[in-house]
Amino acid sequence: MTLDALNYIVALPEIFLLSMTCVVLVVDVSLRDAQRNASYVLAQLSLLGTFLLLLSGMTDARIYAFNDMFVQDGMADLLKLFVVAIVAVVFVYSRDYLKGRSIFKGEYYLLGLFATLGMMLMISSASLLMLYLGLELLSLCLYAMVALHRDNGNASEAAMKYFVLGAIASGMLLYGMSILYGLSGSLMLVDIAHAVTQTGSTDIGMVFALVFVLVALMFKLGAVPFHMWVPDVYQGSPTAVTVFLSTAPKLAGFAIIMRLLVEALGGLHTDWQQMLVILAVLSMAIGNIVAIAQANIKRMLAYSTISHVGFIILGILAASAEGYASAMFYTIAYALMSLGGFGIIMLLARSGFEADQLDDFKGLNQRSPWFAFMMLILMFSMAGVPPTLGFWAKLAVLKSIIHIDMVWLAGVAVFFSIIGVFYYLRIIKLMYFDKQQDNTPLQCSTDMQFVLSGNALLILALGLYPTSLMVLCVSVFT
Amino acid sequence: MMISLSSYLILGAILFAISIAGIFLNRKNVVVLLMCIELMLLAANINFVAFSHYLNDLAGQVFVFFILTVAAAEAAIGLAILVVLFRNRRTIDVEQLNEMKG
Repeated sequence: MTLDALNYIVALPEIFLLSMTCVVLVVDVSLRDAQRNASYVLAQLSLLGTFLLLLSGMTDARIYAFNDMFVQDGMADLLKLFVVAIVAVVFVYSRDYLKGRSIFKGEYYLLGLFATLGMMLMISSASLLMLYLGLELLSLCLYAMVALHRDNGNASEAAMKYFVLGAIASGMLLYGMSILYGLSGSLMLVDIAHAVTQTGSTDIGMVFALVFVLVALMFKLGAVPFHMWVPDVYQGSPTAVTVFLSTAPKLAGFAIIMRLLVEALGGLHTDWQQMLVILAVLSMAIGNIVAIAQANIKRMLAYSTISHVGFIILGILAASAEGYASAMFYTIAYALMSLGGFGIIMLLARSGFEADQLDDFKGLNQRSPWFAFMMLILMFSMAGVPPTLGFWAKLAVLKSIIHIDMVWLAGVAVFFSIIGVFYYLRIIKLMYFDKQQDNTPLQCSTDMQFVLSGNALLILALGLYPTSLMVLCVSVFT
Repeated sequence: MMISLSSYLILGAILFAISIAGIFLNRKNVVVLLMCIELMLLAANINFVAFSHYLNDLAGQVFVFFILTVAAAEAAIGLAILVVLFRNRRTIDVEQLNEMKG
């Protein structure tokens, strides 16, 4: 086997990111605490380099590398670009927050970069082995990141819960994978897809494996009834970590669902469709209803995540190219909205003050009309009010569901979205119509203010011109 | 005497069931949870090795090596979190990990 046959050039962005992460690791060891900005700059440069390499290597074709273990296609390119860009923005948002809590350490950036690498491998996996390794690389980094604030009891409790439930999910996934391997005789997703078409969709062994794989994927994504970890982890971890794990990993999660359920087990879609209907309805119901009862905004956004996951599942279960494109559109839209939402929480937070209660948003309009407006856009978008991105995302998913003649399901989705509007509007009411309790001026760096405004305005701009992003998503699945 | 594939699979299934039962029945100690998680990965390993042997395909055994490595890393992180948790809360009782709820 020669080096050329590995076609390693396809994985150049990943190789670059890995090398740069090792550089950051070595450089960071030799830095004093006062020079920690260097790690931050290096991490951003690595992400920028990866982004440019990804852009220059974009292709419409489907290219395999590393003995068919690694695949590059349109979906992988688009998702990886968004993952890298989102992680870079997360790093910008979290710098001040970390400094205010004396956890401005190289570990955050190292774990973040390794997690990004894990996500990129997940997105590009063409075999069960790659998929598992990418997933574990991501998960292990996230467990450590949640526990980053070592003196915080809630953070370590959240990390423990996340670790135990995440490890159970990995175990389930492995067990399902072992059965898939036994039935198809190969770890390659293509071979598994071939085996599924041969055995047909009624094979009990395949359905048995499917159940395990599906449960594990839903655990990772946080769909009801496998959502128990989501609120605790979102609330307990430092906001800088919450924003990380609520954005980019969702894109990677969407990618492995596409790889495993659609590419490998696509022949079983009649089976997983029924299971996903139940999960989607439950997620939208529990997510939207329980969110109303929350006083902690991070916990509230966690339940809102669960309801958004329900919508993403809705798009996937349509099992059509239109459905996949709409689910991808929704995932990207959700990641951008969540990024902005947690960004605002970090903007309000300062040393010794978390700004994670709903009451902390009271009278934000008097303190900072501009950022109150940004939060207004984000909340409208999450609620699905036109003309924001969230509206088009919901519309695309509902359209794909109606096209497979499940009008009742679209009705259920709309019903729960309307319930959900309540708690998003409550924040807007608190910001604009309540008296402010906190007179401290907002203190954060200019670059964060610029990026955060850009983030919210992007959601508005994409809401006014949704075609560009939609065309990108549709082109991936045709 | 040749042991049949199904015997191995049943062993794997039993180990998997024990680990799941251990996780949900255990209400006392987080360390036991970590042990159950390891057992779960081993159950999958037995399946992989058995299939690999009966399919005459080495890929399954290679996968097992990777799982073992990841399991070691996972145990390391789990125990590290456990130490941090004990320092903050002075307990590793599963029942008392309920500061956050709602």
